[in-house]
Amino acid sequence: MNQSQHPVDLLRFNTCGSVDDGKSTLIGRLLYDSKSIMEDQMDALERSADITGGGKVNLANLTDGLRAEREQGITIDVAYRYFATPKRKFIVADTPGHEQYTRNMVTGASTAHLSVVLVDARNGVIEQTRRHSYLSALLGIPHILFAINKMDLVGWSEDCYRNIRAEIEGFLPKLDMFKDVKFIPISALEGDNVVTPSRHSPWYEGTTLLGHLESVHNASDWNLNAFRFPVQWVNRPNNPKDKTLHDFRGFSGQITGGIVKIGQEVLILPSGLKSKIREIWTYDGTLEEAFSPQSVTLLLEDDIDVSRGDTIVGLDPLPGYCADLSAQLCWMDSRPLKRNRKYYLKHGAQTVQAMVGSLDSRVNINTYETEPEPDQLALNDIGEVSLRTAKPLVFDGYTTNRLTGSFVLVDPETNATVAAGMLRPPSQLYRPEYTDFSI
Amino acid sequence: MSSYHLDHLEYLEAEAIHVLREVAAEFERPAILFSGGKDSICILRLAEKAFRPSEIPMPFLNVETGHEFPELIKFRDYRAEELGARLIVRTVDEAIESGAAVSTPGQVSRNQMQIPVLLGAIEEFQFDCCIGGARRDEEKARAKERFFSFRDAFGQWDPKNQRPEIWNLYNARLNSGENMRVFPLSNWTEMDVWEYIKKENLAVPGIYFSHERECFHRGAQWLPVPPPHSENNKPDPYANARPTGKEERRMMICRVRTIADMISTGMVESPANNIDDIIAEIAAARVTERGSRADDKASEAAMEDRKKVGYF
Repeated sequence: MNQSQHPVDLLRFNTCGSVDDGKSTLIGRLLYDSKSIMEDQMDALERSADITGGGKVNLANLTDGLRAEREQGITIDVAYRYFATPKRKFIVADTPGHEQYTRNMVTGASTAHLSVVLVDARNGVIEQTRRHSYLSALLGIPHILFAINKMDLVGWSEDCYRNIRAEIEGFLPKLDMFKDVKFIPISALEGDNVVTPSRHSPWYEGTTLLGHLESVHNASDWNLNAFRFPVQWVNRPNNPKDKTLHDFRGFSGQITGGIVKIGQEVLILPSGLKSKIREIWTYDGTLEEAFSPQSVTLLLEDDIDVSRGDTIVGLDPLPGYCADLSAQLCWMDSRPLKRNRKYYLKHGAQTVQAMVGSLDSRVNINTYETEPEPDQLALNDIGEVSLRTAKPLVFDGYTTNRLTGSFVLVDPETNATVAAGMLRPPSQLYRPEYTDFSI
Repeated sequence: MSSYHLDHLEYLEAEAIHVLREVAAEFERPAILFSGGKDSICILRLAEKAFRPSEIPMPFLNVETGHEFPELIKFRDYRAEELGARLIVRTVDEAIESGAAVSTPGQVSRNQMQIPVLLGAIEEFQFDCCIGGARRDEEKARAKERFFSFRDAFGQWDPKNQRPEIWNLYNARLNSGENMRVFPLSNWTEMDVWEYIKKENLAVPGIYFSHERECFHRGAQWLPVPPPHSENNKPDPYANARPTGKEERRMMICRVRTIADMISTGMVESPANNIDDIIAEIAAARVTERGSRADDKASEAAMEDRKKVGYF
């Protein structure tokens, strides 16, 4: 790890793999070779190697954190890892490959900008490969990297690598979501093509896995086109000592899309009132402009009643605004989705009641085939649903904006988070009702 | 790189501010755990950024073991006053006197005894949410922790039954008696914390910087020699934490890398007496910060076990 002398970029990625395809070993290798593993961690590894590993240090034990997991040799939950190189900082969401997979991967992938899919070179493309690719696309991850692992066990066969690559490219057009797709032959166990180029693969001329992670272009992965600002918290100093703050009325939140500038015309939804940005207030001083995903406090020209759950938006393009919604839903609870049952829906800074009216289809994420009008959505199922909310949502389609197009459902009885939802593009944009409204 | 792009610290800051504002909006009686340590120092600056020009809308809470470094307590009080915040302090000593906590014979560290004190304070003030400075990079059991970590009515953490946390949508719903622990620094590393302290020009207690101190060697660590016991009519609070005749003592040029209390904080030999030197030292470090914590050495799953019963 090097000392950063200038701003360093951040890349969030997730790793997907099935049991035994070397995913934990790969992360262990990245941490180890980037010198992010410390001596006391190695000591702990060596101690556990003597107990459970027959004396052999297992890099996978670096990531399998809980005692329950080490005893059973499984990973229970999404774990987050951190490492840095002189070029970038990385946040890794490590998602386990056994049952509960979809739930965990959706969680880990929701904030990722790149997905690493591991493929065991001996087994080639298997059901899980298709599943991981599907989920990466569903979650709108812009970049995907297929790491063809255990190349040492197939004698670094170029044919083997090319066949696997061709097969993946064969089904990828169905998933036309990705900005870029990369294939790298590696051996996580030996470290080939992970951090240093392998001498076993002269036929492979691309970068190493870490080299790709360090260089992939991610500056444009946030939506900067349409200004969206869900109001999180109304900032009104009570009895301020500073007289200039008596009339301070700010709206605090994180910009979920676009850019906002002083003087810009904005619309407050659902009231539909128009105003202009008077000030972009931050602790470090006021800004001329701010952009997603910055957290700021906005002051408006007009004295308008705005509260948590309202959304301040730019006028072009306008967001969707309706209570009848279509969405892809990933079900995450052991109790299946019930039609016409009330759930809480959290979207942006707003929580409303919602009801799923119809289950339109369920997708088999291994074959990509859809089954129309299924009876239910059970744990780890993904389906297309129509739902209705008690109040209209201000939103964009998930493929346009991952923050304004996503929601979760919460079971009102158990308070459990039961589903992740990705909204289809709006059938209807907000329609201004005021005669003076013009863009 | 486009000009509409955040560097890693700006990204982490924006994320943490979002989390703090969610807490202020979603909970009725939240509190910030503030020990005076480096992570909670960052939390306070983030709270200023989240809520100013308003007051920070939640009190600060600290649970003392009674073995604190005096410099830390002084800094904690100073900083709380500077921010105009209400600081609530509860101590293990009071809990022992009232019978709420019982010391285990032979147990030197009072780390374990902070648990009933913390849970007692949560009940006393009816806190529905406590904000802590824990980071996922600190320890393996923490790597699976959520930003919003749900605790049942007994304060317990169930690692197998956590709520999935998707995008930036945090489920803050609770039944009565339950509470939430929220960790805005989840995605920060030790290096990020020090880079942020540097960037924000934040004051930290002097024990983070190199100083001279008498230490003794116990286990694999150099522990500070506790202050002398003067009150003869009371039991020595450091009874088992004083060097025995067999344990080597010496004056060291040292500092702390992570602070627990005086009897479980290993001192590291270091000449680093400014933030830049500390950052350079961490960049070159070959052990984790938790490597100097006696409380984590008890077993490989020590943290996991403490968290399950209510520890941070």
